[in-house]
Amino acid sequence: MMFIPHSDAERDEMLASIGIKSMDDLFEAIPKKYRFPKINLHEGMTEIEASAQLKEIAEADLSVEDVSCFMGAGAYHHYIPAAIDNLISRGEFYTAYTPYQPEISQGTLQGIFEYQSLIARLTGMEAANASHYDGATACAEAGILAYHQYRGKRKKILVSPGLHPHYAAVMRTYLENFEGVHVEIPEFKSLDSVTPQNLADLIDEDTAMVMVQYPDFFGQLFDYSEFAETVHSKGALFCMSVNPIALGLLKTPGAMGADIVVGEGQPLGIPLSLGGPYLGLFAAKKDLIRKVSGRIVGETVDNRGQKAYVLTLTAREQHIRREKATSNICSNQGLNALTAAIYLSLLGKEGLQDVARLCYDKAHYAAEIINKIPGFQVINSTPFFHEFVVACPEPVSEINEHLLHHGILGGFDLSRMIPSLQNVMLIAVTELNSKESIDDLCRILSGEDNDEES
Amino acid sequence: MMKNREEKTIFEISSEGRKGFRFPKSDVQSAEIPDELLRENLPMPELSEIDVVRHYTHLSSLNYSVDAGFYPLGSCTMKYNPKICEKAARFSGFSQLHPLQPVETVQGALLILYEMQEMLQEISGFRACSLTPAAGAHGEFSGVKMIAAYHQQRKNSHRKTMLIPDSAHGTNPASSVMCGFRVQPVNTNERGNIDLSSLAAFCNDELAGIMITNPNTLGLFDENLVEAIDMVHQAGGLVYGDGANMNALMGIAKPAELGFDVMHFNLHKTFATPHGGGGPGAGAVCCTERLRDYLPGPIAGVIEPASDEMPPLYGWKTPERSIGQIGSFWGHFDVIVKAYIYCLMLGRDGLKRVAEFATLNANYLMHALKADYPLPYDRICMHEFVLDVKWPDAPDIRALDVAKRLMDYDFHPPTNYFPLIVHEALMIEPTETESKQTLDQFIDAMRKIAKEAHEQPDLLHDAPVNTPFGRMDEVKAAKDLKIAE
Repeated sequence: MMFIPHSDAERDEMLASIGIKSMDDLFEAIPKKYRFPKINLHEGMTEIEASAQLKEIAEADLSVEDVSCFMGAGAYHHYIPAAIDNLISRGEFYTAYTPYQPEISQGTLQGIFEYQSLIARLTGMEAANASHYDGATACAEAGILAYHQYRGKRKKILVSPGLHPHYAAVMRTYLENFEGVHVEIPEFKSLDSVTPQNLADLIDEDTAMVMVQYPDFFGQLFDYSEFAETVHSKGALFCMSVNPIALGLLKTPGAMGADIVVGEGQPLGIPLSLGGPYLGLFAAKKDLIRKVSGRIVGETVDNRGQKAYVLTLTAREQHIRREKATSNICSNQGLNALTAAIYLSLLGKEGLQDVARLCYDKAHYAAEIINKIPGFQVINSTPFFHEFVVACPEPVSEINEHLLHHGILGGFDLSRMIPSLQNVMLIAVTELNSKESIDDLCRILSGEDNDEES
Repeated sequence: MMKNREEKTIFEISSEGRKGFRFPKSDVQSAEIPDELLRENLPMPELSEIDVVRHYTHLSSLNYSVDAGFYPLGSCTMKYNPKICEKAARFSGFSQLHPLQPVETVQGALLILYEMQEMLQEISGFRACSLTPAAGAHGEFSGVKMIAAYHQQRKNSHRKTMLIPDSAHGTNPASSVMCGFRVQPVNTNERGNIDLSSLAAFCNDELAGIMITNPNTLGLFDENLVEAIDMVHQAGGLVYGDGANMNALMGIAKPAELGFDVMHFNLHKTFATPHGGGGPGAGAVCCTERLRDYLPGPIAGVIEPASDEMPPLYGWKTPERSIGQIGSFWGHFDVIVKAYIYCLMLGRDGLKRVAEFATLNANYLMHALKADYPLPYDRICMHEFVLDVKWPDAPDIRALDVAKRLMDYDFHPPTNYFPLIVHEALMIEPTETESKQTLDQFIDAMRKIAKEAHEQPDLLHDAPVNTPFGRMDEVKAAKDLKIAE
């Protein structure tokens, strides 16, 4: 029997020891009418059969490894060093549960402690938690924190139109049942209008938190130092949603004055996997840490005098506080947090600077030459990271279909999330896009391939 | 003298100038970055690849895991995680898919999502399903929010009370509050069932619904379940099912037929996907016809039906009155692939056998242990059961002590101090993947510990001693709060 080790003889012996005759006797508490319903599923398969079937299904998909990928918009194709999968495939890590028994869970606990430390250092903050589900729910949890920080008295959560539209949507889903709270997002008018200055005008005394993204959804980079002062002068909290790779190079949210930093940790060695599971980064100033939701690991000693780690400040969490907890989160993205920690350890100081620099330079190279193609125009007017916005002469879906014929997964069609942006593409470039592949993209965008194709 | 098992941190072993990974030289010219946008320093560790590999390999050796031994953690379903699921989820056609790729290029992935939805519906009897929730608590949040949206749509916003039995997981009340409900606990009676008179008192026009875990956290199939559900429905409320314990029910009963309106599954419990040291899991939410329009989206669906020559075209669909988007993208696809393979391999008979043998194993353990340990609810259990470690002749021994001593016998302890209604609870869930031999070894250890508790109680108070680390100073951790270095 698949994954069930009992022989018939053992089963009978166990039934006899319990004092019942058949397996069916175990279920007498269930009303007869509902007991043993018909389940209309196929018969089970062997590993050989299942493996072959899955292989066939996987072949129906187009892997980004088999194309030249220019798609980002919240998920990025980076190289994942081989050592990572090797380490996280250790059963000691991935088949363990939440480290509730610290005596036999120090591997997981120290791994999380190091992850928290790395995220705090990367973001320039004092503290980080053990992670949330993904970038979007981390944003929502920041909003909930702000709501509680002002005991519900400040009702406005002001969100930049430069925040990923999915994250903004999730913030709305999460916060709409909090009494009186409204998530205010200025309508997107044009890329030029997505600036800290324009957002600053909307902060008032009712604002609990201001949320920006850095780099923003369109790749734009701003120094938010002055903006942070404006937010604080109104008494609100300042939260930044970050791309962790960008922080290999760029000024930290901590240095700019952020109170809370959230972000999507996927670029730190986590495969694209159609969007999940990813990793919700969450860091904060130390004086906010007792209000942060989610697991937190702290250092301590054991009764043998050894330095060790435990889940701490658990009195914040739902299993203790129940309806008084500020969040229902129970798990963290344990294995993905470990992945990010291993990624950051392997790349280290220099590697992280290198990958950020490669992404920055290659994106700017791509923008420069795409901007020269007749009919195409790069709209970004400030420095950008990872990605940039391109006005195209035709609908993006048509361009992308054409690119796909040439083995290129084109940029994201912005009209799918922002309907006013027709014929506008968000192009992402990482260290995996070679100059040659960028040149190929441009060649095809400029129509130089038309002869070959006909 | 025991060996010191402390492991230096990655920052302590860092050595200036070391690199663990090299990127190719840039093939484009360098672009200018304004100075004010550059960070001042980057305090990341500097390690070689072998430093990193040894560090994490050493750390892994400090963990207990299902691959290493018996992990009877109640309510967590720590069953074996089949290796083929890990392997197949890593196929490039699954792991290397961008979430925003055109649907035509991810038809295999969408097929898996679509079929997984259908399989969960068939197992549970529900009519619709969304795979977007990232975890059980996330599924709860979605399902409870669907109940809120349902009442709101019917202009019944005064229905603000969510009933929650006192045996429930802490996530239940926390999820309810996030959805704007007022939480009202309902008592459990002496047989471990919902107390119907306690329930009746709250069946009024403020009732929004009830969250029921069945089998409940005592491991019992609630004998009042159908009647309780009926009372809530009569009063205009809806019934949420916490599917944490679905491992006992597959092929045994369908929650929708029992009267539940909406329920989440924990794919990381019931469908054998690994717990990953605390996540990621996946928390699919399924519901009846009347709630389907409220499901979180998007959901995999057929956007162009099959024709004679072509298979159907799968795509994304968001239900009409959806509670909205709940995560960055479409859910934990990688976890869902693993659960899908598990379902394929077990098939209809295998899934039923899972529930049967999970229940057999739990009853076998319970029957063997009840002579030595107080058993507060002595009737046939489902996939788990709860002991109450209160011996009048060993009053200093608590559930925690037994739990810690079990580690010295190389077992992971059961869940302790939950459910809250059993004060010295040890909640034991063996799962179906454990053999009779393993269970017998566990019984043997538990009996020895019961004897030690009475004859050499210090062995329990001092436990564990055979583990890499001893008991922790939890107070210091919170008081001196050091959570980063």
